[in-house]
Amino acid sequence: MNEFSNADFSNWTCPLPLRSYPTIVMGHGGGGKLSAELVEHLFAPAFRSAALDALGDAAVVAPPAGRLAYSTDSFVVRPLFFPGGNIGALAVNGTVNDLAMMGARPLYLTVGMILEEGLPLAHLGVIVAAMATAARTAGVQIVAGDTKVVDKGHGDGIYINTSGIGVIPADVQIAPDQARPGDVVIVSGEIGLHGVTILSVREGLEFGAPLESDCAALNGLVAAMLAASCDIHVLRDPTRGGVAATLNEIASASRVGVTYEERKLPVPPAVAAACDMLGMDPVYIANEGKLVAIVAPNAADAVLEAMQRHPLGVKATVIGRITEQHPGMVVARTGIGGSRVVDMQIGEQLPRIC
Amino acid sequence: MKYLDEFRNPELAQRLFDEIRSVTTRPWAIMEVCGGQTHSIIRNGIDQLLPVEIELIHGPGCPVCVTPLELIDKALAIASRPTVIFCSFGDMLRVPGSTKDLFRVKSEGNDVRIVYSPLDAVKLAQANPTREVVFFGIGFETTAPANALAVHQAKRLGLRNFSMLVSHVLVPPAITAILESPTNRVQAFLAAGHVCSVMGTWEYEPLVERYRVPIVVTGFEPLDVLEGIRRTVLQLERGEAQLENAYTRAVNRAGNLPAQQMLADVFEVTDRGWRGIGVIPNSGWRLRDVYRDFDAETRFAVQNIHTEESALCHSGEVLRGLLKPNQCPAFGKECTPRTPLGATMVSSEGACAAYYQYGRFAQSEDGAVL
Amino acid sequence: MCLGIPGQVKEIYEAGGVRMGIVDFAGITKEVCLAYVPEITIGDYTIVHVGFAITQLDEDSAQESLRLFAEMGVLQEELNATA
Repeated sequence: MNEFSNADFSNWTCPLPLRSYPTIVMGHGGGGKLSAELVEHLFAPAFRSAALDALGDAAVVAPPAGRLAYSTDSFVVRPLFFPGGNIGALAVNGTVNDLAMMGARPLYLTVGMILEEGLPLAHLGVIVAAMATAARTAGVQIVAGDTKVVDKGHGDGIYINTSGIGVIPADVQIAPDQARPGDVVIVSGEIGLHGVTILSVREGLEFGAPLESDCAALNGLVAAMLAASCDIHVLRDPTRGGVAATLNEIASASRVGVTYEERKLPVPPAVAAACDMLGMDPVYIANEGKLVAIVAPNAADAVLEAMQRHPLGVKATVIGRITEQHPGMVVARTGIGGSRVVDMQIGEQLPRIC
Repeated sequence: MKYLDEFRNPELAQRLFDEIRSVTTRPWAIMEVCGGQTHSIIRNGIDQLLPVEIELIHGPGCPVCVTPLELIDKALAIASRPTVIFCSFGDMLRVPGSTKDLFRVKSEGNDVRIVYSPLDAVKLAQANPTREVVFFGIGFETTAPANALAVHQAKRLGLRNFSMLVSHVLVPPAITAILESPTNRVQAFLAAGHVCSVMGTWEYEPLVERYRVPIVVTGFEPLDVLEGIRRTVLQLERGEAQLENAYTRAVNRAGNLPAQQMLADVFEVTDRGWRGIGVIPNSGWRLRDVYRDFDAETRFAVQNIHTEESALCHSGEVLRGLLKPNQCPAFGKECTPRTPLGATMVSSEGACAAYYQYGRFAQSEDGAVL
Repeated sequence: MCLGIPGQVKEIYEAGGVRMGIVDFAGITKEVCLAYVPEITIGDYTIVHVGFAITQLDEDSAQESLRLFAEMGVLQEELNATA
């Protein structure tokens, strides 16, 4: 990756104190002058929120009235930089999406970082810039943060935790246990992009792939969907474990069966080819900018149309239905008309030779 | 993907199903030898769509399933050594040894890495001269040429820190063992397509001669598997016993000669234990003496391995088609994909894992015929 | 035991004394060892298993097989139609 070799320090206010330390040292997490410089010259200018600028021990915010959605997630992805994004963008979008999946309007995020001694400051700069951009795009403010530094060898460069608060509109009732027989299952777009992109740059596998991670904030898409109809029962983003894990979770939580047609899954040819090469199944591969929606049958057309009009939902497709048969189980109709049970993967899906 | 997607065409698959249905008049038990074929059958739901008279018995064609327990335990012991970088294909990571698996060894802090090609392990050895790089060389004849070249290359490069733990198994002796068994039910075989790409088809001619069973070399995509089944059923219905090649785009009688030359250079035939089955004479390959330096078993002289198969596991009978997975007392109870007792429940094409997957569904469909 | 998929040879070169190449699978490209297909040339299709080309794919055979599948059942359909 060459992005960080071109990192532009001049956009950071008074970069001089930081420039004298090309890599993270233990002092950056010590709470003293070096820490303060990181906040003052890197985090605060990038994240630019009133709460953050107040530099209190805690952020003070005044959310609108209503039920609050509250989520946290930690990000430990390797490699830190990949085509289409980096760990920073993932960290912001991941939590924004968790909130959006409850139908909430995301408002505030916190960021906790664990930096490994020796992490080049330029890398951190690019990650922070990506977080700032992602937050701005999603319309959220980063209001609080924390930084710790661990000894070299005790961290993978950087680990990031984000937590977020959003407010849920009064007429929205979206939860994993709300799926009902007859509901329509919609996927917002092409699957497998993030996972295959990560695999393609993983040591030992490396392959050329005309692909990028689909890392994106979905709250705008969700807002467009809710504007079309309130009869959305479940929203989930199929990250680890892919669409298969998500459908299984919904089947289990709602005590319903899920059926879908394999031929209707929107799989880009390059993802299909990579999966064929490695002996993997796209339905288990992680996505970072997609959602699965379970929608009441009478609202399905309106919601689908609203999705397809939004830039992140252009390829939204109906893939199946919720059924009262085989509760808790996900069954796929295969390409040639057979059936197979699509269970949760046990652990991570691995490439195979058999 | 070209030359792949066309062989998944649903309309053509339907025609093949119809053809098979129209020629089937009696029950037949057909064994597909290759784990890749088993995977395709389950993945596509082919089993359920065939006429009920046709029983597909999933054979011991999965190196994951048949790699001897003792060798798994040796792999675990070697991988647990601090200087070792242990490289393996993904398939082997969750195969249970006597007490644990490679995944657990990795999580205990040992350096276990998944590689796509054995040449990746050679590259690792070049890049890490102070570490011992060991590659788990499992597989049938399809994979052996790759493993052979890796060892050959390591020797050519004079690498002192590369070795291979070899457990190659051969298809024709396995078929023979199955046919020789007094309780054998298998009436015909779908031979493994890519094994034959390497070895050719001529090895199967004597088997057809001696045992008078149809053997049809079959590919892996739905249309290939169905065509293999169609030709097999036709032969059975007509009382014929021939060797047929239903995978002509990738297989010919002679096979891949450069690959066979390398195999002859690097490996020699040996007796092999097959997990759950026992020792089948002359059913495996080991490194020749001239490559003994690259044999991980010699280099690491692994002793004190206490190998113990679960007493509850009936993998062997399942592999030979003598027991259906759901007839095993431990099936779905002590033995599940999450807590596998044997390799047939671990492997994605192990018969037990397959039954667990779609067998439950079939039951919930109110006894719909599987 | 044999996950092998067809790809098209795009480049051929030597590395470390071994014949290697780049094979394309619908846009995915991977370095593959071509030692066992010494006759293969750029544009040919090959079956790849664990990073090795194990055979050249016979394109004529492939087309022939597909043609035979397509013809299957056609005669019966024609008979049914005239019945």
